[in-house]
Amino acid sequence: MKKKWAEKIGFALLSSAAVLVLLFLGIIIWDIFSKGVGVISWQFLTQAPREGMTEGGIFPAILGTFLVSLITVLFAVPLGMFAAIYLNEYALPGRTTRLIRLAIRNLSGVPSIVYGLFGVVLFVQMMKLGTSVLSAGLTLGLLTLPWTITASEEALKTVPKSYREGALALGATKWYAIRTNVLPYAIPGMLTGVILGLARAAGETAPILFTGAAFFLPHLPKSLFDQFMALPYHLYILATQHHDIAKVRPIAYGTALVLLGLILLLSTSAIYFRYRYRQRMRS
Amino acid sequence: MQMEVTLAESVSGKSKETTLPDARKRRLKEKMIEKFFLLNGLLAIFVLGGIFALLFLKAFPAFQEIGFWQFFGGAVWNPNSYSTPKYGILSLIVSTLMVTLGALAIAVPLGVACAAFLSDIASSKMREILKPAIEILAAIPSVVVGFLGIVLVSPMISRVFGVSHGLTALNGSILLAIMSLPTIISLSEDALRAVARSYKEASLALGASRWQTLVRVSVPAALSGIIASIMLGMGRAIGETMTVLMATGNAPALTFNFLEAIQTMTATVAIELGEVPYNTTHYYALFVIGLVLFAMTFLVNLISDLILQKYQEVER
Repeated sequence: MKKKWAEKIGFALLSSAAVLVLLFLGIIIWDIFSKGVGVISWQFLTQAPREGMTEGGIFPAILGTFLVSLITVLFAVPLGMFAAIYLNEYALPGRTTRLIRLAIRNLSGVPSIVYGLFGVVLFVQMMKLGTSVLSAGLTLGLLTLPWTITASEEALKTVPKSYREGALALGATKWYAIRTNVLPYAIPGMLTGVILGLARAAGETAPILFTGAAFFLPHLPKSLFDQFMALPYHLYILATQHHDIAKVRPIAYGTALVLLGLILLLSTSAIYFRYRYRQRMRS
Repeated sequence: MQMEVTLAESVSGKSKETTLPDARKRRLKEKMIEKFFLLNGLLAIFVLGGIFALLFLKAFPAFQEIGFWQFFGGAVWNPNSYSTPKYGILSLIVSTLMVTLGALAIAVPLGVACAAFLSDIASSKMREILKPAIEILAAIPSVVVGFLGIVLVSPMISRVFGVSHGLTALNGSILLAIMSLPTIISLSEDALRAVARSYKEASLALGASRWQTLVRVSVPAALSGIIASIMLGMGRAIGETMTVLMATGNAPALTFNFLEAIQTMTATVAIELGEVPYNTTHYYALFVIGLVLFAMTFLVNLISDLILQKYQEVER
């Protein structure tokens, strides 16, 4: 009898922990949504900030985040995919492979602000790219690299061994087998991983603080070497650095909602596609 | 196109005299392709080494100009002082460790409980709701969490504890706990699920309840994996920037009081790097902070890695 009660209480505790975690997520989304949705309008999404950011929209920040994410993807995705192909298809167990894996795991644990410092020295100072869309995009690209590699490798792992062996047995070279019999099946899985990584990169603030994001710009960026405004940085400014924080609070909520909406849209669709894709691979 | 031709030829095995140089050419090409992918694989090592090298390069002048002991022996961080700038990072390290430990005090029991729920109790339907939810929680940008720290958690803290403002170490701990939960939950769950079924079955067959089996068999068996997940969550909390920057008040002072404003290492870099000219003493000093951060997270990750490796060996 006592055993039964202990079990009941224990399970209830564990369940409430799970409920609490769901509750946290619910509160975050609900608070941002309920207080931000009133601000969202066509003007808000398509106009530049006016009157010291107390009026107008957030279009430059949306555009900036989009541009930087584009650079991030173009830079990190090929590199991440190639590295994953090496690790899953070519690498033999040994010291080099172990070292590469160790490096990847450690890279994913490096604080984002440290990537920011690295970006300042490498891209802004040494490569003389200045504080720009390009510097920020490359910095975020390095940040996403370990996630892209891991996600791409997971996707490659789901392709059955027999696909490779079939091609090899017919006399195909290794690369030919990979290109025709592995990659086509792995690419959907790779892409969902990429989208998840991208969603996280788009929300990062610390790496772009010093590599290109600007407080306020009167013009949109004209080239990759211009500074830009970004959604997460804009939210940070409106929440802490603005001279009239109370007045811009609604705009801050609106910005938070756009940022959160964008990221949730990206990540939920990636999670959904991955779920569908896994089910298909299983059958 | 060319590949298909050579493939067809080699399959049908015709024209012996052309296969030989072709085969050599093909082998060379294959070698080049493999080398190309190897180079991309090695990139991870280059980047990690590059981060360390550049941080060290920029931090080194600070050690020369200020002195090693000034940094690690001093508790006062005041680089903008007009008389003598002070570069003691002790208070910053203490602040970082304080919010991190506070966060773990909340996130570890909650996270491990949630992981146990997922691995041992939840029906598959519940898992299908909870798992994506946790993944979405992980995707929420730190700046949004920090914003909620200002507008939601801060007023709550000042009301509950009767302090004048809620931008305190406690606020940072609560937010960091939420941010490190996904890491702790998903990795702990993996560890719990990896516990051999025979262990659980043996325990149940001996008459233990499911609760007893979970607490006395599964959790101890998965302990190293759980500890590794906690270390990774800790690494994430140490390196988090925007949330603590926005929610902890940013007052560099040596304190152990969770209801006071503090300033972490990450927040210091975030605030000051934008204001200092490149290649000044202050600039170099910020890279020292970066180097210490890098070293701390590297160590935490390495320990978690070693624990996991050891645990996998035992399992085998």
